Amino acid sequence: MSSVETRSACKPGDYKSDIKPIWCPGCGDYHVLLSFTRAFAELGLVPEETVVVSGIGCSSRIPAYTKCYGFHGVHGRSLALATGLKVSRPDLTVVVASGDGDGYSIGGNHFLHACRRNIDMTYVVMDNRVYGMTKGQPSPTTEPDFDTALSPGGTGLSPFHPLVIALAAGANFVARAFSGDPNQTTSILVDAIRHPGFSFVEVLSPCVTFRPDEREWKTQMHPAPVAATSDPGKAARRIMTDDGFNIGILYRGNRRPYQAKVGSNCIDLAELEKDFAL
Amino acid sequence: MREVEDISVAIVGSGGAGALTAGNLLLEAASLAGWRGLLTRTVGPQIRGGEAAALVRLASRPVECLADRFDLLIGIDWLNANRFGAEIEVGPQSLVITDPSGGDLPALVARAGARVVEVPIKDIAKAIADGRPNMVALGLAAGLLGLPEDLSCTVIAKRLKEKGETAIEASRAGLKAGIAAATGLDLSLQLIAPKPSAAPRWLVSGNETTGLGAIRGGVRFAAAYPITPASEILEWLAPNLPKVGGVLFQAEDELAAINMIIGASFGGTPAMTATSGPGLALMIEALGLATAAEIPVVVIDVMRAGPSTGIPTKSEQADLNIAVYGLHGDAPHLVLAPQSIVDCLFTTQWGVYLAEALQAPAIVLSDQFIGQAVAAIDRPADIAFIGRRTAALPQAGAYKRYAVSAGGVSPMAIPGMRGGQYTADGLTHNEFGIPTSSESDHRTQLDKRRMKLEQFAYGDHWATIEGDGELAVITWGSLTGSAREAIAKAHGSGLNIRLIAPRLLCPTQPDRLKAALDGVKRVLVVEQSHSGQFHRYLRAHYDLAKDVRVLNRPGPLPIRPSEIEQAIMQWRS
Repeated sequence: MSSVETRSACKPGDYKSDIKPIWCPGCGDYHVLLSFTRAFAELGLVPEETVVVSGIGCSSRIPAYTKCYGFHGVHGRSLALATGLKVSRPDLTVVVASGDGDGYSIGGNHFLHACRRNIDMTYVVMDNRVYGMTKGQPSPTTEPDFDTALSPGGTGLSPFHPLVIALAAGANFVARAFSGDPNQTTSILVDAIRHPGFSFVEVLSPCVTFRPDEREWKTQMHPAPVAATSDPGKAARRIMTDDGFNIGILYRGNRRPYQAKVGSNCIDLAELEKDFAL
Repeated sequence: MREVEDISVAIVGSGGAGALTAGNLLLEAASLAGWRGLLTRTVGPQIRGGEAAALVRLASRPVECLADRFDLLIGIDWLNANRFGAEIEVGPQSLVITDPSGGDLPALVARAGARVVEVPIKDIAKAIADGRPNMVALGLAAGLLGLPEDLSCTVIAKRLKEKGETAIEASRAGLKAGIAAATGLDLSLQLIAPKPSAAPRWLVSGNETTGLGAIRGGVRFAAAYPITPASEILEWLAPNLPKVGGVLFQAEDELAAINMIIGASFGGTPAMTATSGPGLALMIEALGLATAAEIPVVVIDVMRAGPSTGIPTKSEQADLNIAVYGLHGDAPHLVLAPQSIVDCLFTTQWGVYLAEALQAPAIVLSDQFIGQAVAAIDRPADIAFIGRRTAALPQAGAYKRYAVSAGGVSPMAIPGMRGGQYTADGLTHNEFGIPTSSESDHRTQLDKRRMKLEQFAYGDHWATIEGDGELAVITWGSLTGSAREAIAKAHGSGLNIRLIAPRLLCPTQPDRLKAALDGVKRVLVVEQSHSGQFHRYLRAHYDLAKDVRVLNRPGPLPIRPSEIEQAIMQWRS
């Protein structure tokens, strides 16, 4: 989060646009949107100095549902777009929204490099373990035996583990949230946006249409038993060995965020030609 | 001794022999003496240890292309030189200097009937402590051209400064030994004295002038993914952008690079990237996004031979189709093409200006030839094109990001501006930017985006138009220089030929080309593409004369002026 002017006494409603979401009734993303607006209000973010960037998919519709500036770009490239924005406009608060298909499959390479660069932004991936918008195909986090039209009998492939990958790639803040618990999700988002550098928040957000089994998630969630560590080794062990429903902040690193090297003195353009002169 | 307006010299050696360094020093020393010139290098795919040749053309006037053949060819050695023998064409009048220990002459050179003289270049160098054969080769060229020795020494001291005084001394000794070895050899040509010019002189490549043009046009953010032959643009921008308060950022791939510049531009910072064909292919989807969301960006494509990996170090004009037609959907955008090293500056700067003014992506089609060639030129005059976006003003009511206006350009809000919040979207949207699938919104926004490009007054910069003959040569990009030279030669034979070279390829300018073709009865299209992409583009968008012929072939060999002249002369008879 940038050290911009913030406004006090903001209400979540100040950040919610009038556009009606296209999500299915019961979709977890409604609660993620609620948590976004609550977190923005709690932080007192200035809407016009906040940008929500996304790619393609159900979760990526979220920018237009806020009253911030937004960018709903092409599939998988939200982190790259947000990187160009934040590097050139470090004064803005940049929050990136994505899903498990957009973020981990088509956008997987950008995920690795965004973690590595540690630019000050927050990356929220709404993971429902399915491609919802295209009607139920398996994503990188789908279980191996999940039967779909595109993968009859299941993919037989182990799911991707986004949290440990984020940690290994250099993310400075790693957390897991559950959309069904908007209070906790709001609190995690507040911490993630405040934390310097690249913050990664995986929000388990059920797709009630194509994954009705995910309705059961609410009975499986439990708070992370120990406080966040700044030791990546410890964090990796915890993340690798937990049951995947461990909610809370799991890692708070202290790597220095990326700072672009910009010359302090802007020189006359004529100076640039000097190298060309005979 | 015949006085001539230009002399071409090729210095050949295996990688590491320093042929390219010798060529660069020769061009710079000749430039200090007041001549203009051009240097291109031809190298194999190896980074070290392959064959290399420096192709230098020196002249009393500015030159924009290589000559038809080389007057002087110096071979330090001929290892693998057969691989590019076709690029170093010599004739019966040419002088070839060969080191007897350097292997056999390339077959094409041996067959040309040139005068061949043996000089033990490597042995001469060995006799000097730390002596280098390439400096002896430089001395041979300098001696035969009559370049003042002190100028060559000055250039050696300047360029080898980092190597230390010993290296400079050894190089000077090599140079002098080369000049001495040239005594008694006869090139039988003498460059006429250069035309004096008050303008400051530059020694630059097209990739460097492209970088300068981008910054002058207002670019303050560049995303970079390395690719041959475009990397020099990015490497020039990397240290220079921060000097003017800008940033260059290395992307993980071209997909990221294009999206980064869209993000930066959305934030209000004019932004660009540079790439070549394979990278442009990866950027195309996001260029459609920039078109739909009306975000100005500039993409420089330094074209190389394709498809696929093709020939990364060689020029071709075969990315025209992807630049013009590659985007899916109906996606009007700008396509421009610089015509020379000097023009890379103008066209890039103009491209930034147009992109910003029209809130549209611009693809600038440079190529390996003008991108990587180095020229001694007069400093071009400054131009006034600086990118200025129509900005939205703070407002109380609902902001229509894509408001339909008379010119099609809608005032753009930049993050930070209160009341301007909107979501930029690749989905079809209405005037507010809200996604819609309505027929009327879709059509309205398609109309608006087309209209803003079509209605803009591009002025005379849209094309180079010279002469008024009934036969017109229509070409584009880096072939403009070759065509101009061919036309000048034909003029010497009493022929009046018109030259038309569009700098603005999209949007097309049918009325303006019609006017340019007034009185033209025959058209010769000249382009470097196997399938005749430019000819097809002209046919699709313009009414040409009844009689049209096409001179087209793929890279990597440049189309020389004599080929164009021959096509003109053949048609005449």
